[in-house]
Formats: sequence, C-alpha cells, structure tokens
Amino acid sequence: MARVVVDVMLKPEILDPQGQAVHRALPRLGFEGIADVRQGKRFELEVEGPVDDAALARIREMAETFLANTVIEDFSVKVES
Amino acid sequence: MTLDTVTNAEKTPEADQPWAELGLKPDEYARIREILGRRPTGAELAMYSVMWSEHCSYKSSKVHLKQFGEKAPENDAMLVGIGENAGVVDVGQGYAVTFKVESHNHPSYIEPHQGAATGIGGIVRDILAMGARPVAVMDPLRFGAADHPDTKRVLPGVVSGIGSYGNCLGLPNIGGEVVFDACYQGNPLVNALCVGVMKHEDIHLAKASGAGNKVILYGARTGGDGIGGVSVLASETFDDAKPSKRPAVQVGDPFQEKLLIECTLEIFKADLVDGIQDLGGAGLSCATSELASAGSGGMRVELDTVHLRDSSLSPEEILMSESQERMCAIVEPGKVARFLEICEKWDVIATVIGEVTDGERLEIFWHGEQIVDVPPRTVAHEGPVYDRPYARPSWQDALQADDANKLARPAGGDELRRQVLALVSSPNQASKSWITDQYDRFVQGNTVLSHPEDSGMVRIDEDTNLGVAIATDGNGRFTKLDPYTGAQLALAEAYRNVAATGAKPLAISDCLNFGSPEDPDVMWQFAEATRGLADGCLILGTPVTGGNVSLYNQTGDVAIHPTPVVAVLGVIDDVNRRTPMAFAEEGQLLYLLGDTKEELGGSAWSEVVHSHLGGLPPAVDLERERLLGEILIAGSRDGMIDAAHDLSDGGLIQAVTESCLRGGKGARIVVPDDLDPFVFLFSESAGRAVVAVPRSEELRFNDMCGARGLPAARIGVVDGETIEIQDQFTIPLSELKQAHEATIPALLA
Repeated sequence: MARVVVDVMLKPEILDPQGQAVHRALPRLGFEGIADVRQGKRFELEVEGPVDDAALARIREMAETFLANTVIEDFSVKVES
Repeated sequence: MTLDTVTNAEKTPEADQPWAELGLKPDEYARIREILGRRPTGAELAMYSVMWSEHCSYKSSKVHLKQFGEKAPENDAMLVGIGENAGVVDVGQGYAVTFKVESHNHPSYIEPHQGAATGIGGIVRDILAMGARPVAVMDPLRFGAADHPDTKRVLPGVVSGIGSYGNCLGLPNIGGEVVFDACYQGNPLVNALCVGVMKHEDIHLAKASGAGNKVILYGARTGGDGIGGVSVLASETFDDAKPSKRPAVQVGDPFQEKLLIECTLEIFKADLVDGIQDLGGAGLSCATSELASAGSGGMRVELDTVHLRDSSLSPEEILMSESQERMCAIVEPGKVARFLEICEKWDVIATVIGEVTDGERLEIFWHGEQIVDVPPRTVAHEGPVYDRPYARPSWQDALQADDANKLARPAGGDELRRQVLALVSSPNQASKSWITDQYDRFVQGNTVLSHPEDSGMVRIDEDTNLGVAIATDGNGRFTKLDPYTGAQLALAEAYRNVAATGAKPLAISDCLNFGSPEDPDVMWQFAEATRGLADGCLILGTPVTGGNVSLYNQTGDVAIHPTPVVAVLGVIDDVNRRTPMAFAEEGQLLYLLGDTKEELGGSAWSEVVHSHLGGLPPAVDLERERLLGEILIAGSRDGMIDAAHDLSDGGLIQAVTESCLRGGKGARIVVPDDLDPFVFLFSESAGRAVVAVPRSEELRFNDMCGARGLPAARIGVVDGETIEIQDQFTIPLSELKQAHEATIPALLA
C-alpha cells in the first residue's frame, strides 16, 4: 500500500501562536540558535490501489476542502513509497 | 525595488496609481491630489484608501448618524460621548462603565472561527483603550436558515471562535441573541459587545498632545494579516517576489491579548499615558492619523522601527496590517523607561516608533526617507461624506398591505396546542443552550444573570453589590416591514429586558447592519431606522454612546433585512434585588402588564405557521415602555415581584413557556374575557411583560399599577407540572421541554 503525505502549514503571513510559544520556550530549555518556529499538521494517508494521477487529484481535493483551511493554510502533497 | 518617497511623488506626478483597485472613486483620488498638491505616495494612497473606506470613514452613514448627537437627551450620566473608542457612562459610587457593540460580519463569513474570535479581541481592546477593565462580553448573532448546509459550517465556527477567545481571556459571555433567517444566508451577522468598568478618574482618550511626547507601539509583532486590497498596491509598486496573496483574515492570540490587558491596566495605574488607541481596522494608519488628528500637534513616525513578524513587509503593508493584539500609546519622555519596563514584565513587545511634533503634519519615514506627509485630519476625520439618494422602496406598500392579521388562524384548542408546540420548537424560539453552554458565563465570579435571562448582569463592586445589566435586541423582520418602527421596537425590547431584571436603563450602543448604501431602498431603510432610533432615545432619555455601522451586507441585489441591533445598559444598586425570569414558587400570581392588541405582522407565529412576512409591525408607545420599566424596577426594588419576563418574539405563550421551564414549575392560565385566545397567546404587542407576584404583595402591586395607570391583568397562577390554558389545552412541561430543547442540537450538533 502506498502512503501519501499531506503537510498543512499556516500561510507564512498568518500568526502562529503555537509556533511562537514553542519558539519562546526553546531558549528557556537551553536550545539556542533558532530564529523562528512555525508549527503545522501532517496527514499520512494509506491509499488503497495505485497512486495514479486520478488518486492524487482526489487527495488534493480532499486536502483543499477538508484537511486544510485554505483561507489561512497552505498544503503540499507528496507520495512516499 | 524602489521606494515611493514624497520627493519621488513630486518628481513623477503622472505615475499610474492603482487607486481604483484600492476602492477609491475618481473624485476621491482627485481630492487626495488636491489636498496634497501632488500625487500621493504609495504609502499615502494606502492610508487614504483604507481610512476613506466605508468601514472606517462612515461616509454614507455620517449624515444620518448626526441625529444621535443632535437629538441626544439631556443625561448627566454621560461622561464620554460618540467619537471616542467607546462611550462612558456614570453608574454611581465613583464608577464609570464603558460599553460598545461592533460588527465583525464579513470576516466571520470567510473564516468563521477566527473572524468571530478576532471580533471579540477588537471590541475588548476598544473598551480597554478607554481605561477600563473589560468585565463581560455578549454576542448578537444572525445566521441563514437553520437547516441550510452552510449554516452548519458558519455557526459552529463562529460559536467556537467566540467561546475560545472569550474563555481564554477569562471574560464571561453573559448574553446576546441567535436568530436564523434565510436573508442572512450569505451574510451572517456577527456582532460583539464588551463592557468595561473603571473609576471616573481613570478615563483615557485617544489623542496625541504635547510636542516631544513619544509614540509607543506595543503588543504583538506586525505581520501581513488582513491587508486585503493593499497587496494590489504592493504588486504594482514592488517586484513580484513576495507572497502573492495576502489573506484578508487575521488570526488572533487571546493569551497575547490577556497580557496586553493586564499590561495596559498596570500602565494606566502608574499614570504613564497621555493618550491611547487600540489598533483595529486599518491598523497603524488609523491609530497614527486618529491620534494626531484628535491632538494638538503633528506626529513623526519612523516606520522601520516597527517590530515585524515578516521582514519582507513593505512600508505600505506595515501601515495597513491588521495584526491583532496591538495598542498605540502617547507617553511623556520621562515616563518611557517605566512604560517599557512594565511591558517587559508582561512579556509584551514595545517600541518607540515616533514622537508628537509641534507641526501640523503626520510625517512617516522609512529608513530616513519620507514616505508620508499629510494633514492627519484629512485622513482620519475629514474624509468624504455622501448624502446618498434614498427613496421608499416601490415594494414597501405591497409588503405592508399583505396583512398578517388576515392569515388563517387555529380553530379550537387542539390546533392551538399544535401551533404552540411548533412555535416553541422552531429554531428561532427554541432554547439556545447548546450554543451558550459553549461560552464560559460565570468566570470571574461576578455574573449575576446570563443567558437565557432577559438581560446579562454583572456585579461591579463586591462590597456594595452595585451592578450593571445589558440586553441586546434587534428584529430584522419588524424593521423590514417598517424601518422607523422596527428600530424603535429593538430599542424598546432591549430597554424592557433591562428593566425586567430590575435595572434602570441609562444609555445605549447600536450596531447598524444593512445592505448596500448605493441602493436607494437600503439607504431609505437606514435613514428611517436611524431617525426612529434617535427619536426613541430622546423619549426614553437614553443617549447613544457609540456603536458601529456595517453596510454592504448583501449578495448580488439581495440585501439582508435591515437589522439595527440595540444594546441597552442599565444600573442596579444592589444585585441581590435583581428579578430573575423563572416561575419558581407555586401559588404565586401571574400578571400580564400592558395592552394586548391584534398585532401579528412580522410575528414569530406568522413565520413558523405560515412562512409569512407582511403587514405592519406592532405599534410602539415609548412613554408606555418607560412606565412599564418604572413599574418593573419599583416592583423589583420593593420586593413586590419575584419573577418577570418581557413579552416579545412568540408573544405570551413563548414567555410563559420559557419562565416555566426555567423554574421547573407549571402554570394555570385563564384567557381574559376581552381577548380572543389566539390573540392572547400569540400577539406580539410591545410594552408588555408577565410577572409573578407573591400573594402577600398582590394588593400593594395592584395599587401601584392602578395609581400609575399601567394595565395589569391577573391571568393565572404558578402551579403543577403542566401549562394549562383554561378551556383550550394542556401541555405537560416535559413535552414542552423536549420540544424547546431538542431543536438546535438536532440541527447543529
């Protein structure tokens, strides 16, 4: 079975309070040298059948309408073997 | 990448500018050129375009809003009036209360959760900027049809946004409304109200005075949020190597806002600011130009000192950014160090971005080069004003002639019973607990009354038990039938709701939600509604302290019902004396106060049973409302009434059902001899309330009503576990409860 990964990130210009909270915590915990943190979501989809163009198109549609809120988020789709 | 400086603008007068894409009209652009004596720079064009937008300039509504000042009743309680971030009212014992209701309609349709959340954030900062500690919020909401699929997208998002932002801030949500109507399908109305408390001496105003005083921007970093139209400008003036689409939506951070609140209150306490302004719509453009315009001098700002979240932002974008959780303060040089120290303590970023000058210009620099040089009043307060054409719509007469009083009525008790159940289970009349239970109503421990009571009430002094009550109301159906009367009905209902809890109404705030001002029909509705509201406030003695106008709530040619939402604020000396709505004591007598007439136009019954909207709304008698209010307040203060509920949507049967379910007790009701049972149960005549009177107080209560000339009819008694309308029908409370409470979860959960 093939795995397709959908990564969802807040658009770069959108405020990311979670990422900021992580960023603020890093130096307190002794992790230096990180200029910024953005936090996103990763979906791992186990696909039944071949991952052809039609299947990928459906997954993109799924990501656009359901997995990501495209008003404030971007997504990317990649195939893992 | 070239910077469009003032010098550059002088040298290239013919350069093409995207003023049309930014929403400016040809004559508006021409006027900007005339004011400046040259073409505006990109940054100036950006500032003028957002500040002259309908949302910021009130250009279509101003000529009508003037009445709120001109017809304002004499009122000693008013400490700060229209024009500041929010109005301030004296509530006694040295306390002042500030409150305001605003719209966040369009963003909440695009992104319901964040749109509604940042709506709360914005109104809370308005209240904070006046010097007050925010103590409660309320949300009047309007959605499309309850069973429409898109309502299931918008409503849960809006409710979760309000709930999470408010809950994170630790502010109780003490009331509001939820109304469904197909007219709001593509244009939901998300209005937000906040109330804050301070001592008289703590009032702060938005003005920049005293040359040499520093301008400090503090709060969240500035990012590319909500820039919308300015991206047009950025792509015109700059290369295309930047994020192409700036979203018009902002994401808020309530924990940052909480820090901002506590930080700002500590700064007020240390007496460190001369003037203060929150950053909302139009961001820094608005804050700098309004502060400078209201003050005595000019202002100079070094824009490159602003802390950015995204270093690729252009100066135009920084000026327009609507990043949340930011404030702008004017601080004397000697106090700057202490100011920054307090900000640091609260983990709030603060930057001196400029200073007040003794000139008359707002000057903004970018790495030493001047990009803005304007008279601030022309940006903030002297924008275009339109007296747009308006005319009574051609369809208005036909609508009013379609008389609801002539609709087929129930024949006999069985059909009445069925229609009562249909009414109390209809989405608009059904219990909204599924929604309001998602809000924290009791955090801070000062909530005295909240949903579903007639008004929300919070205690503001723990020792004296001084409290304030607020109710918001608006009925788009009534206002569509007759905008003048409809606006007065909204005012009357909110006034009555406040009085029903025992508080004395003092002042109002309003959020005026309408369609496009470019449509003469809509403009007529707006003109009539504002006239009705101003006239009504004069009679009731409750001045308008401020509010907000939301226009363009329409899809294509179809506008929403005109929906003025009115918030009335009242004061109660001792919250222990409040009147709840619950019929809780068996044997108490039920009195109907006021006159019931055959008034079914725009009623809930006509909507639920006949899907009908036509005829005339109920008549308004504001002198009667005032008298009813006085009786309700006196009855509460002197212990003559133990429960009260105003009569509005759904009429008497709806009110009795709600009060019985709230108290868990039934009622036996007798139809008065002079009334038809159907009219008695369903008419929505204004100026009425139902009260529960202890038997020991009956004589005294009757004497009071008689002496004051208020009709009071004994209609029944609190008793049993059914609602019985004598000679008509009986419904067990359990059946009513199921009907009333199951609807909303079934549609939305």
